[in-house]
Amino acid sequence: MNLMTEPTARFPSPYELSSPAGSEGWQKIYPYYLNFNSELKAEDEKKFWFCDSQHWPYPFKPFDVIGIDFAVKCLSQYNTRHLMVPPANGLEMRILNGYLYLSPVPVAPEKIPDRVPLFLERAGYYYQNWNRLLENWKKKISGVISEMESIKFEKLPDMVALDRVTSGSGLDNTQELLTNYDRSIQLCYTAWQYHFEFLNLGYAAYLDFFMFCKEHFPNIPDLAVARMVQGIDVELFRPDDELKKLARLAVELGVADALATGSVDQALAAVEQKPNGSKWLAAWKAAQDPWFNFTIGNGFYSRDKYWIEHLDIPLRFIRDYIKRVQKGETIERPTAALIAERDRISKEYAELLSGEARAAFEGKLGLARVVFPYVENHNFYIEHWFMGTFWRKMRELSRVLGDVGFWSDPDDMFYFGRNELRDILFDYASSWAAGVPPIGAKLLGKKIAERRKIIDALSTQPPQPALNEPPAVITEPFTIMLWGITSDTVKSWLKKATTSTGLTGMAASPGTVEGRARIVRSDADLEKIKEGEILVATVTAPAWAPVFGKIKAVVTDIGGMMSHAAIVCREYGLPAVTATGTATTTIKDGQMLRVDGSKGEVTILS
Amino acid sequence: MATSTSSAGNSGGDGARAQYVIPFEAAAAEPVARIGGKCAGLAALVGASAPVSPGFAVTTDAFLEMMAVDGLAKEIKGILARLDVNDVRNEAHVSQDIGEAIARRAMPSHIAAAIRSAYARLGTGSTVDAAVAVRSSGTAEDLPDASFAGQGDTYLSIVGGDTVVDKVKKCWASLYTARAISYRAQCRIGHLDVQMAVAVQVMVNARSAGVAMTLDPSNGDRSKIIIESTWGLGETLVSGEVTPDHFMIDKVMLMPITRRISVKDHELVSDPTTRAAVRCKIQGERRAQPSVTDDELQSIARVVKAIERHFGSPQDIEWAIDNTRTESGGVVILQSRPETVWSMKKTQSARANYGTMGVLDTLIAPLLPKK
Repeated sequence: MNLMTEPTARFPSPYELSSPAGSEGWQKIYPYYLNFNSELKAEDEKKFWFCDSQHWPYPFKPFDVIGIDFAVKCLSQYNTRHLMVPPANGLEMRILNGYLYLSPVPVAPEKIPDRVPLFLERAGYYYQNWNRLLENWKKKISGVISEMESIKFEKLPDMVALDRVTSGSGLDNTQELLTNYDRSIQLCYTAWQYHFEFLNLGYAAYLDFFMFCKEHFPNIPDLAVARMVQGIDVELFRPDDELKKLARLAVELGVADALATGSVDQALAAVEQKPNGSKWLAAWKAAQDPWFNFTIGNGFYSRDKYWIEHLDIPLRFIRDYIKRVQKGETIERPTAALIAERDRISKEYAELLSGEARAAFEGKLGLARVVFPYVENHNFYIEHWFMGTFWRKMRELSRVLGDVGFWSDPDDMFYFGRNELRDILFDYASSWAAGVPPIGAKLLGKKIAERRKIIDALSTQPPQPALNEPPAVITEPFTIMLWGITSDTVKSWLKKATTSTGLTGMAASPGTVEGRARIVRSDADLEKIKEGEILVATVTAPAWAPVFGKIKAVVTDIGGMMSHAAIVCREYGLPAVTATGTATTTIKDGQMLRVDGSKGEVTILS
Repeated sequence: MATSTSSAGNSGGDGARAQYVIPFEAAAAEPVARIGGKCAGLAALVGASAPVSPGFAVTTDAFLEMMAVDGLAKEIKGILARLDVNDVRNEAHVSQDIGEAIARRAMPSHIAAAIRSAYARLGTGSTVDAAVAVRSSGTAEDLPDASFAGQGDTYLSIVGGDTVVDKVKKCWASLYTARAISYRAQCRIGHLDVQMAVAVQVMVNARSAGVAMTLDPSNGDRSKIIIESTWGLGETLVSGEVTPDHFMIDKVMLMPITRRISVKDHELVSDPTTRAAVRCKIQGERRAQPSVTDDELQSIARVVKAIERHFGSPQDIEWAIDNTRTESGGVVILQSRPETVWSMKKTQSARANYGTMGVLDTLIAPLLPKK
């Protein structure tokens, strides 16, 4: 589906667009506040909305709305209520045809000056006490994760245990069931507040350094700025580093062949038979906590697969690494070389400046380096480790409810929103108390089927990149740095004919290569990737990093310099073009592409 | 070694021995007064470990001995006494007369022998004569504040010792072209105060050639390298008869930022049989193709960056790609001169906040009216 091919000044209105056949009634499966409502048409049409297909590339199941509700709200609160970011409040959100649309809320010009001293005080406090506050943050988030881990969902017993009688507790097991569910949701909410506690400030400091470089070194490549700031020992890359260590260890200990074939259980059993096998197995176990709390999805979907529950995934990556080690390749990231390169680049740009400009450069670079570890690592703690635990518990709950008849497929629970689920849980509790099967077991099957049909229908039509008229100026830092939405990218989405020969986007990671396209719409598609292909996706995830050893380049629909796709591609030296708007809908599987990550151009050669 | 500028010839005899030819790799310490600006530049490039085509300087010692033949200098002085700088035809006549005065006199044979001998050493094997460029290297050239670019003769693709000798003499004579005379008059430089050295250098088999500046000449931005290139020898670009391909490279990352590929109509190449430089029309796809590959761009950028670092100031460089050479990705540096425009200007050092204040400024900036 192409954008309009002649230059227009705006994108379509949400009220003009139709929904795909079979999806009628989709609005009812989402909360009222997330729909475009005809009574609010006049106001909504004045606002510019962009589609976040970077984090949410698939239509939402009702439960998964928790991700956008919490993430976007928490992002917003820090701009609007904590830090008082002078020109920017938060982001409004809506769902259209199953996809998320965001609209940055500006601050009225007359209110901006009053916010300045507040920002200086509040943001200043965090910048000046960053490392201490971050140490504390790690403790807080570890506490949240441990508590989440400790929650259990169990089937209600036929009879309360005797000790509830003899202890005089007076409470039944539904007490835990209902409390644990509410507590899970609350912990999730807390985790997302923590996610953004530092992130807005991190992006703002990076943006400050970035803009300074663009001003003093006109046309400096975005990559150069990122290289000066990016950390070397980044926790986000640790899971992949652990796999590499395990691969090398397997070769050193002589268990590589035992690992090479069979299911996870078969391979591990074969390793155990080998001398030194137990040594490798101990390392394998040790690496899992916490580093296998890592998803090849992005953490926002109930069906995202985590390594720790799908050990075949990390094992597959280890097997690929073993092959490369056996060929004599160096698979480890060259950290010494990366550090030397970072220092060289920083020094050479600094030397081009003098006096006050140089002092400002060093100051801004210094702050950007302080904040950057968090910018990269928060993703591991929240999207991977916390959300992995959360989804695991939710699936545990789903199996409990499935066991008592609500549904047969554990994925079906997620066709209900988190608040609808409270009713389902009370139905269970109440029916259990009454001594009858839960009502939902008889009735919900029909609803699940309806909703499945609706979401499947919504999945057939990729989303518009944006709605309504773009603003003259975009000021919200996330919108710029994370989503890559600047006035320029929006203009280029509007103006360019997405011709049959090429796309332009952000030059996210340098280099030029040619290869066959492989469209990846879900993690299931990852297995189809062949050596030397070019990955084309709405979004990529850091956990796809092991796949990056096979591919030649990455092209995405959306994403800025700070998107995970860009960060990982730079780390792995792969050319990447992000923020093309329509790569996954324009390019077809098997087409020959030329990707120029230095210029941000993708050419379809055949 | 002390140089002698007196007209008393001194081949042999007292302590200060004249040297008529000096190979570039031995010339790093020689002053411009002895080997001229161009040779001094080439010697300095060799000193900077830049890839340079081999060659030698014919020194001003040789030139001054020529000036002493049969009172040549005196005769020239006499002719110049008639010079009227406001009369173009007069200038032309003066120039012609001086030219004839030089042509009438033979180059001292010991000097010619020295040149032939140095030339022979440039040849490949014992029998194949090198094709060389014979270029004027004036002593007033390439001073930072006097842009004498384009003065003096240049002869390309010269083969054979006798021809080389002949062209050296012609370079000497080009000190007195009408244009040179006029220029010196305008700049108030004494005509007999300047000498001419000559650079004899193996011709670069230039598949492509061009210029590079280690800053952006459109705005003085020192974080950039600007490279312009065309097919064949770089003279077509320097003379302005061809619009070159244009590339902007980030100096720190060595990444290309912009490129403009032009349609290149013709090129100057060495004819394989005659080895003379001939002008050929470019046909077909090559006209609109980039005249350097991305790898070659990288190599050029790397080399010029190192040269700038060595000399400590922005440079204006002529280069060629000779893909019969394997070092430096085929890059050969022909000339490097200090850039003269932006290097003179004082750089502004703008004040900028950093820390929280800096972040605030950046967040507010999109709202401020554009300057």
